[in-house]
Amino acid sequence: MNEFWQAIESVMTKYSLVTAFALVGIVVWLSYGVSQKVTRGRMHGSAIAILIGLLLAYIGGIATGGTKGLADIECLAGVGIMGGAMLRDLAIVGTAFGVRLEEFLKTGVSGIVSLLTGVLMSFLIGAIIAYVFGYRDPVSMTTIGGGAATYIVGPVTGTALGASSEVIALSVAAGLVKSILVMTATPFVAPLIGLDNPRSALIFGGLMGTTSGVAGGLAATDERLVPYGAMTATFYTGLGCLLGPSVVFITLRSIVGAR
Amino acid sequence: MAIYGTALLSLCLISGLVIGKLIGLAIGIDANVGGVGVAMLLMILAAGKLQTKGLMPKPTENGVLFWTSIYIPIVVAMAASQNVRAAINGGTLAIVVGVVVVIASFALVPLISRIGTTPASASHTKSKGGDV
Repeated sequence: MNEFWQAIESVMTKYSLVTAFALVGIVVWLSYGVSQKVTRGRMHGSAIAILIGLLLAYIGGIATGGTKGLADIECLAGVGIMGGAMLRDLAIVGTAFGVRLEEFLKTGVSGIVSLLTGVLMSFLIGAIIAYVFGYRDPVSMTTIGGGAATYIVGPVTGTALGASSEVIALSVAAGLVKSILVMTATPFVAPLIGLDNPRSALIFGGLMGTTSGVAGGLAATDERLVPYGAMTATFYTGLGCLLGPSVVFITLRSIVGAR
Repeated sequence: MAIYGTALLSLCLISGLVIGKLIGLAIGIDANVGGVGVAMLLMILAAGKLQTKGLMPKPTENGVLFWTSIYIPIVVAMAASQNVRAAINGGTLAIVVGVVVVIASFALVPLISRIGTTPASASHTKSKGGDV
């Protein structure tokens, strides 16, 4: 029996990307079935599939103690390739096919406004909450504020400012919580905030900024909105890494004072 | 041939990422600034140009649309490879920061949507991305 499993495992490991296609296909098929039969189409199949994906990632994380969810299980490493930045970005650029340029240009100004508001507001909220929790030096406040932007802005800012590794880890965790919340909550919140047209999707992408959150959240809401949200979100992390260690840090330091 | 479409898509992504990297270098940060966004613009421009010239036959188009159509499965795989354990174990501070910032950002969507709206710009134009 053990040999039997080893034979299966060795094939799955060697053909890990193919294994991932099969596994994700089954998850998506089950999810669309549940969507139709259990929720009568009220909850979109892709939203259920993303939730199952996150649950599997949690199980994978507990089982292996690693950081890449299900992809840390050796024979399922292909899930990490399939869901990694390379193929994700290729598919996102694909969604731009057939989109009209005017749609983007028309929303130009509100796109920029949403980006600046999103980045600065995240830093502000993160910094205030950090202060409340007792992290009162400007370096830690800026770093945790960066984590409130995205889980990349946090560590980039923290490293640039020389924050402690505990604070950097906290900023990554805050960014992960944000990204997972955006993925799961967006389809439920979308009707309340008018997220049903290219313009609001573009603004949504600029305010949220987490590429994975926006990509997953919009996919579960309305697939046609993905290119608009992804477009602005892709500028967010860069803007955050630019403003965090400079403007935001200097401003915070002048408010709370250097320690 | 389908590979022409996939190659066009790949060229757009690589060029966009290189430009994003160069923007990052130019402003002195080690991050890709808008690389994917630039790639999307390139894709829109290139595909539009080729389509009006009639150089985008159905098989070529399919080489792009395949990747669009497996977008959701890719997102599912992305979800399955997130560090969910770290997010949940991150403690109260991380969870409070995440929750508050997401609620505030959701609330701002309708507010910013109102900036500079004219009846015409609120029109719903649908893209023709593939269905799953």
